[in-house]
Amino acid sequence: MKTMTTVACAALLSLGTAAMAPADTSDKRIALSNNYAGNSWRQAMLRSWEKVTGEAVEEGVVAEADAFTTAENQVTEQAAQIQNLILQGYDAIVLNAASPEGLNGAVREACDAGVVVVSFDGIVTEPCAWRIAVDFKQMGKDEVLYLADRLDGGDLLEIRGLAGVFVDDAISAGIHEGVEETGKFEIAGSVHGNWAQDVAQKAVAGILPSLPEIAAVVTQGGDGYGAAQAFKAAGRPMPIIVMGNRHDELTWWKEQKDANGYETMSVSIAPGVSTLAFWVAQQVLDGADVPKDLTVPFLRIDQENLEEALERTEPGGVANVNYTLEDAKEVIGGGAM
Amino acid sequence: MSAPVSPRVLRALLPPLSLAALLIAIFWLQPRTMSYFGLNLLLNLAVPIALATIAQMFILCVNELDLSIGAFVSLVACITATWLHDAPLLGVLALAGLVAAYAGLGALIHLRNLPSIVVTLGMSFVWLGLAVLVLPTPGGAAPDYIRSLMTLKPPIVPFPIIASVVLALAVHVLLMRSAWGTVLRGAGGNPQALARAGWSILRIKMTMFALAGFFGVLSGMALVGLTTSADANIALRYTLLSIAGVILGGGEFVGGRVSPIGAVIGAVTLALAGSFLSFLRLNPDWQIGAQGAILILVLALRVLISRGEVRR
Repeated sequence: MKTMTTVACAALLSLGTAAMAPADTSDKRIALSNNYAGNSWRQAMLRSWEKVTGEAVEEGVVAEADAFTTAENQVTEQAAQIQNLILQGYDAIVLNAASPEGLNGAVREACDAGVVVVSFDGIVTEPCAWRIAVDFKQMGKDEVLYLADRLDGGDLLEIRGLAGVFVDDAISAGIHEGVEETGKFEIAGSVHGNWAQDVAQKAVAGILPSLPEIAAVVTQGGDGYGAAQAFKAAGRPMPIIVMGNRHDELTWWKEQKDANGYETMSVSIAPGVSTLAFWVAQQVLDGADVPKDLTVPFLRIDQENLEEALERTEPGGVANVNYTLEDAKEVIGGGAM
Repeated sequence: MSAPVSPRVLRALLPPLSLAALLIAIFWLQPRTMSYFGLNLLLNLAVPIALATIAQMFILCVNELDLSIGAFVSLVACITATWLHDAPLLGVLALAGLVAAYAGLGALIHLRNLPSIVVTLGMSFVWLGLAVLVLPTPGGAAPDYIRSLMTLKPPIVPFPIIASVVLALAVHVLLMRSAWGTVLRGAGGNPQALARAGWSILRIKMTMFALAGFFGVLSGMALVGLTTSADANIALRYTLLSIAGVILGGGEFVGGRVSPIGAVIGAVTLALAGSFLSFLRLNPDWQIGAQGAILILVLALRVLISRGEVRR
């Protein structure tokens, strides 16, 4: 029994050791400092962390990788938590921060104590920390670039998110930049779908009668399925609707694909970005030269890998991906964006 | 049994003994904390909490309760990180204005005979609103002198310990040992007697609220010195922490019965309780409950001792 485990471990190790020397960080301890666990995205994020770091610990890549969530989503709580993690002797802290600025003092203390700090999603501005940020603007632009490949031109309907939130502005700015650069499209109408299918459906149904034929719908995620329902109810030809990795969106897309060969793409941020941050921290501890500002790759689903993605997504959830060491190295390599 | 230790002494010893027990448990769980560096990290965030607790103590001393201190400290933090950094004169004026506003609150509560809970609860939204106006998105920078004071590394004894001891002793002398302090405390114990003796209760309440405002300002400045920048929600937790700290340190809700040294010890104990639970690796869902359990345990001990006191 014991030898079998050893053999299995050795096999696992040899799979992953092509480019890394696992011994270098095998005595290192990495902690996750998280400020909030109250929605499905955060829960998925914690599950990803548990799964990937659990395997990494078993394989001996690192000695420990524990997750800590503060009891309350408060800056002072998390600052105290970070200081406690320093005292517990962790070599690196992976951080999803309650505030981009309020934790800088504690992060500074960590850096001064020789602890590597990698922030992701909720990033911190303290220069000594690493940041894995999301380029929402690029995400919006990518949607238009995809459409430019598929179509010769036409009218677009834009579904925006929650008004006044930074993410909404960023994605929309990217979409408009893409439209300007490609010069093929015209944005015929724009509604706020608040990242919710029911809101999006009502908003699209309301604006549709005033619109010419729509070639494609650009979205922000969580609104594609509602848009499709509105088009169907109005009896209008189905445009290309860009999806946002939600389970209901992917399910609808799959049904259409099987029925009439409907083609589109889907893009969003995977909660598994926590595991990317883990590998980046591991790489920094390993002595790799890692730029301080990295950008999260989007999780994009295309016609070919739709079935595979749908299978791995829980009903009611968001498509997720657990990043590997190789993914992290790729991000680090091309990270100076 | 001859009792060389009277309940009164026991009662006074309870806060330092709980602190000592907690410290020993932490040292045992995490020996790394038993160093200059460790104590510094363990205790530095307790300094602003101790200052806020002292502010709350002044209010409790005159039989009132301040539910706005957390929002107030947040507002001070926002002003410190913006105006005090960019335009020191404006910053100082704004902070002085806030202290005056606190004195005004004391006057309002006394003259109109309003319940302080209602007034301060209302003010907490005002402070929070102002904080968002001053600093709409998290940011700002701590003035260099505050930053260097809070990160001071004096020889042998870590700064948070020196700061806590100085704070406790200074307020102790002011409130417990001076004639003026006795009058101030009297307003909580027996206001009628003081009024008949010719003292103005209005002036006393205004003084106590102004002192609370002053220490609230110090708390916000100390906090920014540690975090380097501010956030409108940065100190909301301080409201409950400060009340718990005063009570844990031997204070009572009525009767002007407070202890500055106890309040500082109570604040430090509460700050350490969080670290202790985190070192225990307790599930975060249980941590708030466990913090409450520690509080109940200490207070239950106190009730037991008080009963002994009454029986005599």
